[in-house]
Amino acid sequence: MTQTPVIEVDGVTKAFGDNQVLKGVDLTLTEHNAVALIGASGSGKSTLLRCIDLLVEIDDGDVLLDGEVITDPSCNLVEARRRLGFVFQAFNLFPHLTVRENVVLGPIHAHGRPRAQADEEAHELLKRFGLDKRADAYPDTLSGGQQQRVALVRALASRPRALLLDEITSSLDPELVGEVLELVVELKAEGMTMMIATHEMSFAREVADEVCFLSEGRIAERGDPEQVLGDPQQPETQKFLRRLLEAGRL
Amino acid sequence: MQLTTDRSNRGAAREEARRRKSRRGAGVSAISSVVVIGGLIALVVSSKGWPAVQETFFSWAAFKDSFPEVLRGFWLDVKLFICVEIVVLVLGLVIALCRITSAAALYPIRLLAIVYTDLFRGVPTILVIYLIGFGLPALELSGVPTSPVLLGGLALALSYSAYVAEVYRAGIDSIHPSQKASALSLGLTNTQSLRLVILPQAVRRVVPPLLNDFISLQKDVALVSVLGPLEAFRVAQISASSNFNYTPLIAAAVLYLCVTVPLARVLDRMQARRGQLDGVGTVR
Repeated sequence: MTQTPVIEVDGVTKAFGDNQVLKGVDLTLTEHNAVALIGASGSGKSTLLRCIDLLVEIDDGDVLLDGEVITDPSCNLVEARRRLGFVFQAFNLFPHLTVRENVVLGPIHAHGRPRAQADEEAHELLKRFGLDKRADAYPDTLSGGQQQRVALVRALASRPRALLLDEITSSLDPELVGEVLELVVELKAEGMTMMIATHEMSFAREVADEVCFLSEGRIAERGDPEQVLGDPQQPETQKFLRRLLEAGRL
Repeated sequence: MQLTTDRSNRGAAREEARRRKSRRGAGVSAISSVVVIGGLIALVVSSKGWPAVQETFFSWAAFKDSFPEVLRGFWLDVKLFICVEIVVLVLGLVIALCRITSAAALYPIRLLAIVYTDLFRGVPTILVIYLIGFGLPALELSGVPTSPVLLGGLALALSYSAYVAEVYRAGIDSIHPSQKASALSLGLTNTQSLRLVILPQAVRRVVPPLLNDFISLQKDVALVSVLGPLEAFRVAQISASSNFNYTPLIAAAVLYLCVTVPLARVLDRMQARRGQLDGVGTVR
């Protein structure tokens, strides 16, 4: 079976001032696959995802979406972002809008879908994710887990080509992590293409087809989750996983 | 330690103690209010000049005589206030948006907006009213209005728009950048992000400071009197100087208070509600 590449990252570098965050990253995400990005805080996971969603301008290299170089200055970046879904660590729901309004904002204003159709689709998605009863609530009145599920629904409502998940459980209380990760596992089973930055190693093992370990702006090790997490070859990876083990996080 | 109540009726005892405390609190505040306010009144009334002051500032007959006319003048203040406020709300927002624009082609507009806010915030309002009220008609340009009410209103609008623009800008700046990132990630354009996500939140956040500027503008409408229109202060002034009695000015003051005090209470309530909301704590 040939696998269609959806996102290709080719030699991407990015510096914030003197801080060289990405030092040349190569990565391919193929259709219906999930890649997990792991690594210590500050290793460049979030920056890489933001570069792919064009929320941060890269210094050098290319990002391709379905074969098209979206980091080319002549490329319409709004158009490219419409094809990707992004879920943030801190949810970033719009506090002045209800759950439903949060979900339909993209479909209506970015994709020009009729309101009735957007409402209908939002209702279906919210129902599937067990959130339909909270459709008219404001984000502030929801639990962290519910807010993050709404953020997932909001990203899905635009029917993205791929989902970029940026440590989506890192600001949740431990007992709420499960309800969010369950959904991601479900999406993966349905064939959603995903790139996932995470600190949850058991989750990475469960959902990812490939695990990439980022260290100091480079991918230090990559491969099958069992291999990278179970039998790491690189000293940096071994050190990182040992620290996690000692902290009881593995 | 010896306790005066046993476990079974501790709840009732606690309730009783709480009631005793609140009764004592009410008593103390009532007595201290009477002492302080009564003392101040006694001090003023017993002063040597009080009979004369009472006659010139607080004459009931003069109040009754002048009040209808002052009230008519005040109606002009209210109309002017409402018109100027509407212009200020719109113009202030436009200037704020000009200031935050980042497009290179709009640089001159941004520069103009900066100069505008610096200029009109830096010059005393009464000076702006003088300059526009007497300066503009002196140019003898055709089409420039000469009505002092209109020119005074224009001057107030220009001056207050500078303040209000800064209030709007502070509100826009206070919205966390993650909200914009979130809006952009949905595929919205910059303009859509501003219109649908940033501005609605920013405007909500600046309602209390805007209301504060309203109250201030409501009083400053009286400054237009330097150009001659018969608004409350001007009417009171004329009446005062023709009768050598200042009571009409007190009548005007009472009228201004009738508008500003309710506005201040609305503002208090809004801020109290805002405090409650913030207490819950929002995660972004």
